[in-house]
Amino acid sequence: MQGHVQTAEVPAAARPLLSVNNIEVIYDHVILVLKGVSLHVPKGGIVALLGANGAGKTTTLKAISNLLRTERGDITKGSIEFAGEPIDHMNTNELVRRGIIQVMEGRHCFEHLTIEENLLTGAYTRRGGAEVRRDLEMVYAYFPRLKERRTSLAGYTSGGEQQMCAIGRALMSRPRMMLLDEPSMGLAPQLVEEIFEIVHRLNQDEGVSILLAEQNTNVALRYATYGYILENGRVVMDGDAAALRNNEDVKEFYLGVSASGRRSYRDVKHYKRRKRWLA
Amino acid sequence: MEAVGLDVLTWMVDFLSGLFVDPFFAVARRPDKLVQILIQGVSAGVMYSLIALGFVLIFKASGVFNFAQGIMVVFAGLSVVVLIEAGVPAILAIAGAVVVMIVMAFAIERLVLRPLVNQDGIILFMATIGLAFFLEGFGQIIFGADPKPVPVDALMIPDGKIKVLGGLLGKPVRIYELDLTAAGFGALMVAAIIVFLNRTKIGRALRAVADDNQAALSVGIPLRTIWVLVWSLAGIVAIFAGVMWGAQSQAGFSLAVLALKALPVLILGGFTSVPGAIIGGTIIGVGEKLGEFYWRGVMGDGVEQWLGYVIALIVLLVRPQGLFGEKIIERI
Ligand SMILES: Nc1ncnc2c1ncn2[C@@H]1O[C@H](COP(=O)(O)OP(=O)(O)O)[C@@H](O)[C@H]1O
Ligand SMILES: [Mg+2]
Repeated sequence: MQGHVQTAEVPAAARPLLSVNNIEVIYDHVILVLKGVSLHVPKGGIVALLGANGAGKTTTLKAISNLLRTERGDITKGSIEFAGEPIDHMNTNELVRRGIIQVMEGRHCFEHLTIEENLLTGAYTRRGGAEVRRDLEMVYAYFPRLKERRTSLAGYTSGGEQQMCAIGRALMSRPRMMLLDEPSMGLAPQLVEEIFEIVHRLNQDEGVSILLAEQNTNVALRYATYGYILENGRVVMDGDAAALRNNEDVKEFYLGVSASGRRSYRDVKHYKRRKRWLA
Repeated sequence: MEAVGLDVLTWMVDFLSGLFVDPFFAVARRPDKLVQILIQGVSAGVMYSLIALGFVLIFKASGVFNFAQGIMVVFAGLSVVVLIEAGVPAILAIAGAVVVMIVMAFAIERLVLRPLVNQDGIILFMATIGLAFFLEGFGQIIFGADPKPVPVDALMIPDGKIKVLGGLLGKPVRIYELDLTAAGFGALMVAAIIVFLNRTKIGRALRAVADDNQAALSVGIPLRTIWVLVWSLAGIVAIFAGVMWGAQSQAGFSLAVLALKALPVLILGGFTSVPGAIIGGTIIGVGEKLGEFYWRGVMGDGVEQWLGYVIALIVLLVRPQGLFGEKIIERI
């Protein structure tokens, strides 16, 4: 499945906010996982990075946010630019300061901190208490549920609340761009819809650009403007979300509906890895 | 045969009454002693708690079990003593020791932790054993191998005795001012650390790192800074312990062994619990002083040396996570 179902050209004048140019990633010095991935996220866009389990979505996001190092991964080729500046080899702290932050797969809230403390850790790179307080209220306005649970330990909240907490925490850094890794994972469909609705509003109202890694192709393509499909560490197809939704291959392999209406049972199993990398 | 059986029986009865009955008579006879021992116990316990806190912070934030904590106490104590001997005013000597310990924290992060990041806990543990040997050798080159008296006067640590409660308990309770100072100031330090952890941005970041270092990294918390910070904190706690323990005998390399008393405290309190370190320290401190005084008759001298470990062992059998091991949050 190779192809390009581009319909509308990205205007050349509008330089993308994020460009990933032909990167190669190797784990443990030997395992080649990304074999030349390129993608672009325009300012204010929502771009979906689709693909089955193990395709390399998480690796791509971690290469951008430079969380790879902690997994003994290395970018061995290619370059990454954010707002026109090369950012590969910048550490995560610096990247967060510059406005690019990842919400990790599997939520990763700080279990023994309250929801409010979790949110406040998101503002670690910022100064100015008053502004931070104001942003806390903004996060609560987007996620009223978090306000109700503000004094609960995050470890005792539900999966949906933890996902909201993780997104809210990232929002507290005042990002220009969020890298969301499978926010729908393990959540009931209605909750998935609720969260994507909020992400959409963050994009519209706060101007946060979004790169969204998802296995849930259906939902992702409804909210995204553009999509890339990753297979085995390569981009095999990209195009406008609407075009991808109508593509026969995408329908068959990723939306679970083939021309004959047969459902596919791929991607039933999610895997969850929580690796302790220290100790 | 019967005579032997009887002998054993009387011995058993004597032994058990020595353990569980006689102490109460002793307390009734000299209640003032009990108060005095409790105060000594609390004072020792506060010191153990502080050292254990240093362990807990490092363990939580970087997953390292720091075997070098004891030698850090020695290093810190001797730095203060040597600076004062060289004619530096006490306040500046303490500030100097703080600088020494912070420099040490930076060096450890750079030379030990950073190259070993991503390695197994056991490898980091072994690295701290190496660190302990290095610091011991290095310390003996700088400070000399002989123990030194702590100049308590220069440090304005009171070391007299005061007598209180004379009318109430028949005989007045004699309290060592050194014990009071250690307990009071130690408690203050513990309180300061708790406020720091719970009320400040950096303290919150430190707890975040302890919970999930990947996630902490992802929101822009620099792990290295946090590591330097916890090692510095442990170093500052070590200054206090080195000076106070040194004041009770002398500041020398044998103090390192004392710091290992934090081990039963950690087993008792749980390796990840801040309140556990504090309460565990107090239980061990009070327990061993009581045992030393009241069980000396049946167990001989030196009860203090091992009682803490026995208490910890018993707790370990019943509750492997310790009395206060951090609740493991399980979601279904
Ligand atoms: N730390 C790691 N070390 C070695 N291989 C890894 C590591 N993390 C991921 N991989 C491998 O890289 C491939 C892509 O994984 P990942 O990026 O997590 O995919 P996705 O997020 O699309 O499910 C998989 O084959 C996976 O086994
Ligand atoms: Mg993934």
